Amino acid sequence: MQRIGVFVCHCGTNIAGTVDVKAVAEALKNEQGVVFSTEYQYMCSEAGQSIIKNAIKEHKLTGVVVCSCSPRMHEATFRKTASSAGLNPYMVEIANIREQCSWIHKDMEKATEKAIILGRAAIAKVHLNAPLTAGESPVVKRALVIGGGIAGIQTALDIADAGFEVDIVEKKPTIGGKMTQLDKTFPTLDCAACILTPKMVDCAQNEKIKIYSYSEVESVSGFVGNFSVKIRKKARYVDETKCTGCGLCTEKCPMKKVPNEFNLGMNNRSAIYIPFAQAVPKIATIDPDHCNMLKNGKCGVCAKICTAGAINYKQEDEIVEEKYGAIIAATGYNPINLDKYDEFAYSQSKDVITSLEFERLTNAAGPTSGKLLRPSDGVHPHTIVFVQCVGSRCGAEDSKGGKSYCSKICCMYTAKHAMLTREKYPDTDVYVFYIDVRTPGKNFDEFYRRAAEEYGVHYIKGMVGKVMPQADGKLLVQGSDLIAGEQLKINADLVVLAAAIEPDKSARPLATMLTASMDTNDFFTEAHPKLRPVESPTAGIFLSGACQGPKDIPETVSQASAAAAKAIGLLCKDKLTCNPCVAHSDEMMCNGCSQCEKVCPYGAISYEDKEFRMPNRTTAIRRVAKVNPAVCQGCGACTVTCPSGAMDLNGFSNRQIMAEVDAICR
Amino acid sequence: MKISYYPGCTLKTKAKELDRYGRESAKALGVELEELENWQCCGGVYPTGKDEIATKLSSVRTLENAKKNGGKLVTLCSACHNVLKQVNEEIKTNEDFAFRANNYSKFDEEYHGETEVIHYLEMLRDTVGFDEIKKKVVKPFKGVKIGAYYGCLLLRPSKVMQMDNPENPKIIEDFIRAIGGEPVIYPYRNECCGGYVTMEDKNIAVKKSSAIMESAGSFGADLMVTACPLCLYNLTQNGGGSVPVKYFTELLAEALGVKEED
Repeated sequence: MQRIGVFVCHCGTNIAGTVDVKAVAEALKNEQGVVFSTEYQYMCSEAGQSIIKNAIKEHKLTGVVVCSCSPRMHEATFRKTASSAGLNPYMVEIANIREQCSWIHKDMEKATEKAIILGRAAIAKVHLNAPLTAGESPVVKRALVIGGGIAGIQTALDIADAGFEVDIVEKKPTIGGKMTQLDKTFPTLDCAACILTPKMVDCAQNEKIKIYSYSEVESVSGFVGNFSVKIRKKARYVDETKCTGCGLCTEKCPMKKVPNEFNLGMNNRSAIYIPFAQAVPKIATIDPDHCNMLKNGKCGVCAKICTAGAINYKQEDEIVEEKYGAIIAATGYNPINLDKYDEFAYSQSKDVITSLEFERLTNAAGPTSGKLLRPSDGVHPHTIVFVQCVGSRCGAEDSKGGKSYCSKICCMYTAKHAMLTREKYPDTDVYVFYIDVRTPGKNFDEFYRRAAEEYGVHYIKGMVGKVMPQADGKLLVQGSDLIAGEQLKINADLVVLAAAIEPDKSARPLATMLTASMDTNDFFTEAHPKLRPVESPTAGIFLSGACQGPKDIPETVSQASAAAAKAIGLLCKDKLTCNPCVAHSDEMMCNGCSQCEKVCPYGAISYEDKEFRMPNRTTAIRRVAKVNPAVCQGCGACTVTCPSGAMDLNGFSNRQIMAEVDAICR
Repeated sequence: MKISYYPGCTLKTKAKELDRYGRESAKALGVELEELENWQCCGGVYPTGKDEIATKLSSVRTLENAKKNGGKLVTLCSACHNVLKQVNEEIKTNEDFAFRANNYSKFDEEYHGETEVIHYLEMLRDTVGFDEIKKKVVKPFKGVKIGAYYGCLLLRPSKVMQMDNPENPKIIEDFIRAIGGEPVIYPYRNECCGGYVTMEDKNIAVKKSSAIMESAGSFGADLMVTACPLCLYNLTQNGGGSVPVKYFTELLAEALGVKEED
């Protein structure tokens, strides 16, 4: 017979505001097996935990029921409490009377009744709890960073600095990400290349870091501390070990009309290319969609002139398999496609551009060598209109691919663009249409005010309704000035749209491989929005940079280092405690049907042929299910699938769950 | 091929040419437009009010009538087309309205938006096909620069009209190409002409209409076409007169060689 203690938490007024906690403690006192019942303001506090510890010792408790918040919040806390008082931690059950009761009900009487029922169910379950012992599994001391932008680079450098091996998988031919395309960075206006390229070089030279460029993650299996990952190294038709990055091939390649993605298609590159001069690794890549040799076998110029003999037209994709203890997602973002925003004439006029395109137009390594020239005719623009929130903060009914969220970085980079334009070209009139100017960040508001007050940028509160390309090549911008209460028409030479940002398209399939959760916008979800912001709810998966939500560079770098710290915390451990709540199969009942094997998302179930003693001293060989406890995550899918009831889950046995149901229905 | 046809009041009074040339051209293209018997006024602008019920009933009657006569209804006037499509969408999606309208109307069989309403231009594009029209053109508008004028009612609200991209449409431009002309794209082609405001404050309509005409002219248009009687009125009366404006059906009839001179 169990001796059970019940501890009802007020959670301040979170629970006590809607549930009569004293009545709950009083009612549960009368349940079978309950020898002690009490309530306290904050059961998770040190004082609250002491109440539990003292009661375990004083009343010789064999089971504990805590009526409090969700087990996701404090189950681990209370298990630790019990353990320190000498009770097996798996003899603790949580009745969730906050999220599942007080927060969703208003009527005190009904909520109290429900809280009592939930407590009763937990007590019924504890009666059938058995002490469990957690096993251990080893940790592979190597991390994988997926995405080689500034987030991935910072995470990798920090992990390597702590002494662990770390691999970066980057799908593009070079690491560096979006930051390589930027000119200057707010609010200090230091040059993006000057602060980023040294970090890229550090990655390449660090002995602990291995870069898989032009590669993608193909599949992920395993679990925290012991992931097994297949990486596809895409054929670049150039031998990485031989190419010196001299660039001769890119000069001689006769196919020079390929839109250059690094400059967002504003100029062309050759079919064999190095994305930019500071690329890491600085290795040429052949674009198979445009190379004449690969398409129809007619060319071969690059192979002839390459002094290193690095060109290999027969190269094929290669699959590499590696083991990792921790995985960090750093897949980044992209601006949304604006083709559907016809009111801004983005697809109709070359002189309507996105902010990232503007960034390339002002970059010394860009298509105009840093001179601000109109794309249509190469003339210096004298009136520029910036439009904020294009595709950001849209209503739910937006049919153009707009996002409901604020993209967070646009207000600041537009202030930067406006300020730099006024500084470099004082003869240029600059207008910024905005809904709100959002500048929370260190030295951010000061920066924006400098643009508006010192540099004479015309900030207009209101949205642009339409951009009209005129017969004389100018752009007539129609917008409303909400403060002056009038309609404006501005004859502009260039219109710059601050496009919303969205997660990279590769994030969704990656999340599926990692079994990491995502929100409806395809941003990775964090384990807790405030308290665990750089971890995925899936153990061993960490989040770095804009794949978790829109962020600027300072915030991305902070989060990247935070994710690294969390990953290092994991890699430091030699062994991880396993979850003992895993499935097991009753061999006598198993009929070998394979249903459980099919539903197991972790591949933890296999089958073996086993000899069984039968009546009359005979034996028979039967096929039975076997669970690998190190791989099983205790999800319970197999237990509900098993037609013969042979599968059961430690800590959540079929009997325990039925006892809970009985208690609720009593 | 026979399709039910809803001309609407304006096409019987002020915009007879839009109607006549439309019918003649359809015949030449092998489509017989069968005028819906006992049709009533669509309700004008009133049914577009979200809280209106009574003013939508005449449109509902028309739509129910078309359901019994083949299930497809062609309209030509931009305004009628807009009203009929919006009322049809309303009765399809708004249960409360459908219940009340049916309760009042007492049709033999309840009406829930089964009729497919299409504009004459959609008929040209989707039923006849612009390539087919091209083959039947005998007097192409070769070298004539024609500016399409869409106005507001033809394409918006785009979710209900489901006709073309409201900000960057191409259906009339494709039509112009089919009759051998050269379309002129100018940014005011989907701006408002001023509409009924011309009765209240003519100055506003003059401002709106002349901006449209000047924009079309600046891009080199020799001629403008529209599908809307009110747009035609505003552009010709209030637009300044620098560019002639015609119904698109008139050009179609001329290109097909079926335009009878008065």
